[in-house]
Amino acid sequence: MFSLGSNGGKYTKPSFVSYVNPEQKGNDALQEKNPVFLPGEVVFCSASPVLKCTHDDLLEGSIMGTLFCTNFRISFVSDQVLLEDVVQPFRNRLYGENDIPLTCVDQIYGDYDEKRKLITNTQMKNKHPNGIIVHCKDLRVFQFSLKLAKEEAAKKIFQGIVRHSLEPKSLRCIFAFSYCENIAGAPETQNKPRTLMFENIVDWMEEMKRTKGNCKLLEINKDFTISQKVLFDRLPQFFFIPTNVLEKDLAAYQGKGVPIWCWSHHSGCALFKTASLPLVQEESFLRAQKLYMERMLNAVAHNYLYAVKAVDLSETLPSIQDIQQSYSRFKQNFLIDNIGEFWISDMKWFSTLETTRWLSIIRQCLHKAVEVVEYLEKENTNILLIEDGGTDLSCVISSLVQLMLDPHYRTLTGFQSLVQKEWVVGGHNFLERCNHLNNKDKESPVFLLFLECVWQLLQQHSLAFQFSETYLTVLSDSISVAIFSTFIFSSPYQRVSSMKTESQTHGSLLNIPSVWDWSLQFDCKSQEFLFNPLYREKSKQEKTRNKNQRPKPIRQLSLPNATPPKKYFFKEETESLRKMLRGTRISRWMHLSDSAQASVWEFYNAWQQKPLDYHGLLLPDLDGPAIRLWMQRYLRWIPEVQIFGGGDITLVNKITSLSQELEELRMELEQQVRQADPRCKSTETVNKSTIRMSCFFPFASCRSGSFKPAIPTSHCDGEMDMGHLAEREDEDTELTDNSVIRGCAD
Amino acid sequence: MEKSGSADSLGSKRSSSRQPSVDSLTSTNTTRSDRSAHLRSAVSPDAASARTDLGAEVLKESSRIAEGELQLLPRESVQDTASDVTYICPFLGAIRGSLTVTNYRLFFKCLDKDPAFVLDLPVGVISRVEKIGAISAQGEVSFGLVCKDIRNLRFAHRYQEGSLKKSIFELVNKFAFPVSNALRMFAFEYGQPFPENGWKVYDPLAEYKRQGLPNESWRITKANEHYDVCETYPATLVVPANIPDEELKRVAAFRAKGRIPVLSWIHPETQATVTRCSQPMVGVNGKRSKEDEKHLQAIMDANAQSHKLFIFDARPPVNAAANKMKGGGFESEDAYQNAELVFLDIHNIHVMRESLRKLKEVVYPNIEESHWLSNLESTHWLEHIKLILAGALRIADKVESGKTSVVVHCSDGWDRTAQLSSLAMLMLDGFYRTLRGFQVLVEKEWLSFGHRFQLRIGHGDRNHTDADRSPVFLQFIDCVWQMTRQFPAAFEFNEFFLITILDHLYSCLFGTFLCNSEQQRLEEDLPKRTVSLWSYINSQHEEFTNPLYVDYANHVLYPVVSMRHLELWVGYYIRWNPRMRPQEPLHQHYRELLAKRAELQRKVEELQREVAGRVAVAPPEKAGSPAGSPVQTCV
Repeated sequence: MFSLGSNGGKYTKPSFVSYVNPEQKGNDALQEKNPVFLPGEVVFCSASPVLKCTHDDLLEGSIMGTLFCTNFRISFVSDQVLLEDVVQPFRNRLYGENDIPLTCVDQIYGDYDEKRKLITNTQMKNKHPNGIIVHCKDLRVFQFSLKLAKEEAAKKIFQGIVRHSLEPKSLRCIFAFSYCENIAGAPETQNKPRTLMFENIVDWMEEMKRTKGNCKLLEINKDFTISQKVLFDRLPQFFFIPTNVLEKDLAAYQGKGVPIWCWSHHSGCALFKTASLPLVQEESFLRAQKLYMERMLNAVAHNYLYAVKAVDLSETLPSIQDIQQSYSRFKQNFLIDNIGEFWISDMKWFSTLETTRWLSIIRQCLHKAVEVVEYLEKENTNILLIEDGGTDLSCVISSLVQLMLDPHYRTLTGFQSLVQKEWVVGGHNFLERCNHLNNKDKESPVFLLFLECVWQLLQQHSLAFQFSETYLTVLSDSISVAIFSTFIFSSPYQRVSSMKTESQTHGSLLNIPSVWDWSLQFDCKSQEFLFNPLYREKSKQEKTRNKNQRPKPIRQLSLPNATPPKKYFFKEETESLRKMLRGTRISRWMHLSDSAQASVWEFYNAWQQKPLDYHGLLLPDLDGPAIRLWMQRYLRWIPEVQIFGGGDITLVNKITSLSQELEELRMELEQQVRQADPRCKSTETVNKSTIRMSCFFPFASCRSGSFKPAIPTSHCDGEMDMGHLAEREDEDTELTDNSVIRGCAD
Repeated sequence: MEKSGSADSLGSKRSSSRQPSVDSLTSTNTTRSDRSAHLRSAVSPDAASARTDLGAEVLKESSRIAEGELQLLPRESVQDTASDVTYICPFLGAIRGSLTVTNYRLFFKCLDKDPAFVLDLPVGVISRVEKIGAISAQGEVSFGLVCKDIRNLRFAHRYQEGSLKKSIFELVNKFAFPVSNALRMFAFEYGQPFPENGWKVYDPLAEYKRQGLPNESWRITKANEHYDVCETYPATLVVPANIPDEELKRVAAFRAKGRIPVLSWIHPETQATVTRCSQPMVGVNGKRSKEDEKHLQAIMDANAQSHKLFIFDARPPVNAAANKMKGGGFESEDAYQNAELVFLDIHNIHVMRESLRKLKEVVYPNIEESHWLSNLESTHWLEHIKLILAGALRIADKVESGKTSVVVHCSDGWDRTAQLSSLAMLMLDGFYRTLRGFQVLVEKEWLSFGHRFQLRIGHGDRNHTDADRSPVFLQFIDCVWQMTRQFPAAFEFNEFFLITILDHLYSCLFGTFLCNSEQQRLEEDLPKRTVSLWSYINSQHEEFTNPLYVDYANHVLYPVVSMRHLELWVGYYIRWNPRMRPQEPLHQHYRELLAKRAELQRKVEELQREVAGRVAVAPPEKAGSPAGSPVQTCV
């Protein structure tokens, strides 16, 4: 009874490696202790013995081993024989728990005689530190002590790590190129449904057909002929534009200002995005720009009902720099390397979160997306998203809008297609935003911001998504594993051209894999974690019902007597557009006024009153308590906050196993006549029950032995200002003497 | 379901078939179809279809026929009705309708709205009625009702000055505060029969027997049978076997209010115990008591596993020291050999009351989005919750991992001590995490050990500024809720159960939370004269059951008490805000799956029976194992 893990007996204590006499242990065993290298992986340097310290020394102590630096990762290989029965339900094939891909390194601190210093690549020549602390982009924290290694080796490994993970490098140095050179091009798996890559006409046509839009396909960039010219490099090979835009319009401002089709609403109105025109002062240029933009808006309006709304994102959403600053403050709260610090920061946790403004940026993005959704859904107005570069926040907003309006994108392949369409082919500059080449200046976690927003939607409507929280977390981790073509290029043009050059130098066709090939990272069993067991697939009846409902009654609105509400009408918009083009740009013409805020609320309330359809419009609740912290991603590596045997995961698991049971019962029914014994099937689910899983499952390890609860170490004595109330006695009544107490009560 | 039986037994009076909690406490704006089950059921006409799983469905169905009509409870009588009252709703704006006051509730309805708008609350939740401002130009008077359940209501009402007819709000004032007006509380009128008598849920002897008591080290004593050792303690106490009754009286002299160290819980394996008491009367001169020292020594000796005793003083050390000036204080480690004193830094009732007041400001009626987190932090509410949970966690850890007995006290041992001992017991003992076990826990650690509910809540008392009021029990329920959040499958009851308890903490419909001690309850003859809340709850337990529950009886739960995992209980504190969407669908989804499984299992069994009938050779196997074994998940 009352034993904590019911298999306490089986549990093998983590062997406390004695490092009392490290010299004596010698190097003999170390030769074989190489990490398992990936194809194309080369070791730069290594050092041993190196101690890997956990920040909670009492629990597990340090582990001794060898530290490697390769062209892909920093890898620590333990001298300890790995326990065979360690439960690892979810393993990444590319890197293990002691590996840090070079592109995943966020910051390195050096431990110089009890002083911690942030290492920059210029400091390399200095004396090497006694230890290094590595903060990773996936929020892991590693501490390695170099004290025991030989002076020379320690210096070499330190410099190697700093050089390869912090110094600026060229695109060609990214590991993906060496990697794919050495793997056979994986056969294109033609699963159904497949992820649309939008790299050919077929995918685009399919998407247009699915959304029943009617825009014009442009093929002039088929061979990236336009993209070769400067400033055009963002454009994809193929794209749709409103039928009224002419090919020559494209040339006017190097592709800027041209509305690029994103998605069509079933009513017929559509979502477009564009890069804003360059800022000019001169009157004649201004006039030309104005005329041009008016024509573009006109073309968009022409798409449906002559209604258009231009939404300038640069004006109303945080800038790329704001996002970067906010996130770097935010993430710092999760990169924790000692317990004391953890409990101290616990005191002011909420206000600390708030001052980073990260959650508030998430809310702003979602809010903006809801605003756009309202125009599309309620007013059936065409939308043109305008943004300075046209490939950052417009990607965030356009994908969020589509996710809210179109249940197709809430399936796994649908979501991947969306990311391909809006981000990868849509020209988001992953290379610079993710800072793979260590040129800090343009770094900004815009794509992560999008994933954060998706997570908010997912946690509010967990039955509506086919993919799981784990999927989003893994996807966010994959950004900094520089192996996938998805996240290492600045544009589709760069992807094609650099692959071409590389192929020429190597004489064979390079094919850098896409992140969507999940089998590269996970085996079949692990891939199951990417799916959401709660997802409610559309039932057959629902499908047919909706098909019958599909006619577009709203089309009839184009009759003269049913004009759309005036305030969304085109004329007015151009008025404000004119203001914008005056070059002053101070007037936040599209800024969220109180009325816009109220309108979004009203829209949300109206939607909320209707019964929730998981395969229909989905809106996020934007209230204070509703926007939450993505706990799995940010807290998964912190031992103090693991709830063993608890968390929402227990709920999800119960539902999963219940669904499995249902499936089995159903099969049994189908088989009707006797059948395999049902009992042998269900044993598998029972097996799991002996371990206490962490609430951050499948991340973080399972605890199978007894554990101690995390008890806060510091209290708020001085922190909480309770004023005079704190000194009062609980009771107004007497203890021993009436008079004394009466006095102090008031 | 079995439920229909109980419905029949409720007798012929149609009104008596009303389910008190569900309908009486629910104020809903009825504009939402998607609120959690209990809120939904009140008035919203489209809600019926959304609820298919609950036994009481039939009853509610009938009550909804007369939509928006007031359904009286037994012995509830209408006192007055005023038409032309405006309810100024912070969410929907001004609503005109009629207001009815009964001896139990306040009932406002507006049928012009679609769907109809109804506000229905027991007058017991009102803590203050105040007239706001002077009569307006339109001849209207405004009244504000401050409620104990985190909301304020505002009405405007046409009123002729000088007319003989009294304002309806004077009636509210009268019936909301029966104690101040020398009236009987409605709990004494309400005589609803239920199939089970909730007053019998807790039997001290049975509960101690369940814990394996008495044993060779602990005995059950009747020394307090007439409440003369300690008038705020229960009649049945468990004390170390070698301390005779006469000595208990001498120990009582040294403990504040005579609240001597007695056993609350004993570990079934290690015999480590949780004992509770009040502060020792050390005073400035550092008085000692041989008997008290011996008593604590006996508590330590009763546990052979450890030669140490931990004394957890719930207070911040400064406050504990300040108590010496008033004759109280804390145990010195000199006097108590082998005892280690730990302060848990939990603040007093006044700090907690102030914290809740601030919280109400932050969440009602509107939430400031951009500063939500810092506003929440400035209330310190969750910080207090954290400290209470952390204290209970340390106690549970000492008992479970350290195999050491603990003594818990604060000043008087009826507020913070009750919070700590009951929460630690909830972590240590799976029994208390069942629907009935939790009732036993509340009856035992809170009611029988004299948490002063009457004083802390101020039932029926007009004096809303009374410094004795404090949300101590609310904090406890909040802590329980935090634990259910962290361990969604470890509790047999659901969130609605916790909310229902809190609602009836204030409603004065049931006798459960009346009075301050066991002695007072017996004097008032509450078990005879009033209905227990548990009678109502246990008569429709499906509604309060967590479908995900797995009986982890043997598991100790260690919640994570970091702010990272604590969150505001939106479903309670912000439930009046129609924009808050409760996270019910998952449970709903799970219930549906369960129903599907049951259906399939039945079909499989049928088929198997059929097959077995035809093919005599193969013996029919017992319906697939899924039916037999509960679903196991990892813990």
